[in-house]
Amino acid sequence: MIDRRRFIAGLGVPALASLSSTVSAASSIWQPSELPEGAAATLDSLPGKVPLIKRTYRPPNFETPIEYLRDPITRNDAFFVRYHLSGIPQKIDAKAWRLKVGGDGAGRAAQFDLAGLRKEFERVEIVAVCQCSGNRRGMFQPHVQGVEWGVGAMGNARWTGIRLRDLLNKVGVNKDTVEIAFDGADGPAMDTTPDFVKSIPVDRALDENTLIAFEMNGQPIPHWNGFPARLIVPGWTGTYWMKHLTSVEVRTKPLSNFWMATAYRIPAGKFKGVAGFKTQETQANQPITDMVVNSLVTSIRDGQRVSRGQVVDVSGIAWDGGYGIRDVEVSTDGGRSWFLAELGRDLGKFSFRGFRHMFRPTEAGEAVVMVRAFNQRGDTQVTELIANPAGYHHNVVQRIKLEVA
Amino acid sequence: MKRALAVALVAAASVAAMAGEEKVRLKDGPGLDKVQQNCVACHSLDYIPLNSPFLDQKGWEATVTKMNKAYGAPIKPEDVSVIAEYLAKNYGKR
Repeated sequence: MIDRRRFIAGLGVPALASLSSTVSAASSIWQPSELPEGAAATLDSLPGKVPLIKRTYRPPNFETPIEYLRDPITRNDAFFVRYHLSGIPQKIDAKAWRLKVGGDGAGRAAQFDLAGLRKEFERVEIVAVCQCSGNRRGMFQPHVQGVEWGVGAMGNARWTGIRLRDLLNKVGVNKDTVEIAFDGADGPAMDTTPDFVKSIPVDRALDENTLIAFEMNGQPIPHWNGFPARLIVPGWTGTYWMKHLTSVEVRTKPLSNFWMATAYRIPAGKFKGVAGFKTQETQANQPITDMVVNSLVTSIRDGQRVSRGQVVDVSGIAWDGGYGIRDVEVSTDGGRSWFLAELGRDLGKFSFRGFRHMFRPTEAGEAVVMVRAFNQRGDTQVTELIANPAGYHHNVVQRIKLEVA
Repeated sequence: MKRALAVALVAAASVAAMAGEEKVRLKDGPGLDKVQQNCVACHSLDYIPLNSPFLDQKGWEATVTKMNKAYGAPIKPEDVSVIAEYLAKNYGKR
């Protein structure tokens, strides 16, 4: 059943899973005018998913409504969906699925089925945030082109599978290897369109945290999130997390397709402290790599009315590129004074970290709530957007105005 | 309108329409037929209002050219400006 409706702001409506419930737009925490007119959000369903914020039908790009981001672990059936190309298998037969491993830097070529991978390699798990590089692109001013995401092109899950490193060591990695490239079962509608193939630096591929996952939150990975196996690159943006993984290529030369050389680029040196990707860098730009520190308030929305003397719960989630969250600070007076928020359970340095701060507005008028997260390295969020042509790394501190009456 | 969609989808046999996309309706106007013939083979038409209205004629032209050059969409050179004009007029910056 398909349910489609225009969003109206309604944070705090309890019946989350109900098709008939009113669900707020992810944009409701910002001024709605910040999203382009045509990006007016509608809710719609994909098989196996609760109604999500539909950005595009084909290829499917569906965003997680903010209500589902209150829990630091994102439900599988509410986890966002992002594809570049529309040649997507309707269904993948796990028994017939094979993973090819090879390339000019590999000691040998090999092929594995799902049972073989499970049997031969140690089972490991990690909690990690998968965030689309372009999350919050719709809030860029001036607007940039692309999928005009709100705040929900991200999710956090417990991923279970094997270490990519163990697989690579099994076939052997020659010392002149520079990158490992990944392809998935999805592809373009036309042969003339470049297939979505991505690579990561060899040291990142050999990192103990980089996995090939088969399970997400204890269940098989949902089709739209990469069934039956997907690459997990904790800390790095979702573009590298290849879905429906079919091929692992050990390369002695950098991959230079459209998706590496042209797309997913940030201006050179503009974002301080992000991880490098030496074999892909040019004078002008570099690939997007790890996520910048960020936070999202999920309990209140811009323009919400509260009563004087009533306790207001400012809570949400914070995350970064894998240093881990050290502190979250909350201001309720537009940034003049800041309080340390209480942090939620630590699920690991790659996970969402919950936070909460309670306050009681004492004066009528406007109360401006702001939140800024700090990671273990001391990085924090920006107050002014760092403009870049593709609309990446939006981690501007939110300003949520409450009307106190 | 429906016929154009069907023809384009047959041309790209590997791609099935996604449930829901039939609800996307673009504004009537000169050039809409070219938009439908060329764009729906690879993506649903909601990509157009999604990127409206902040692109002007030049911006839409660049987008159509990108679809052709970077994504390999077989758009005839004479259709590029017809498509861009339709998009700028109906979904362009005002």
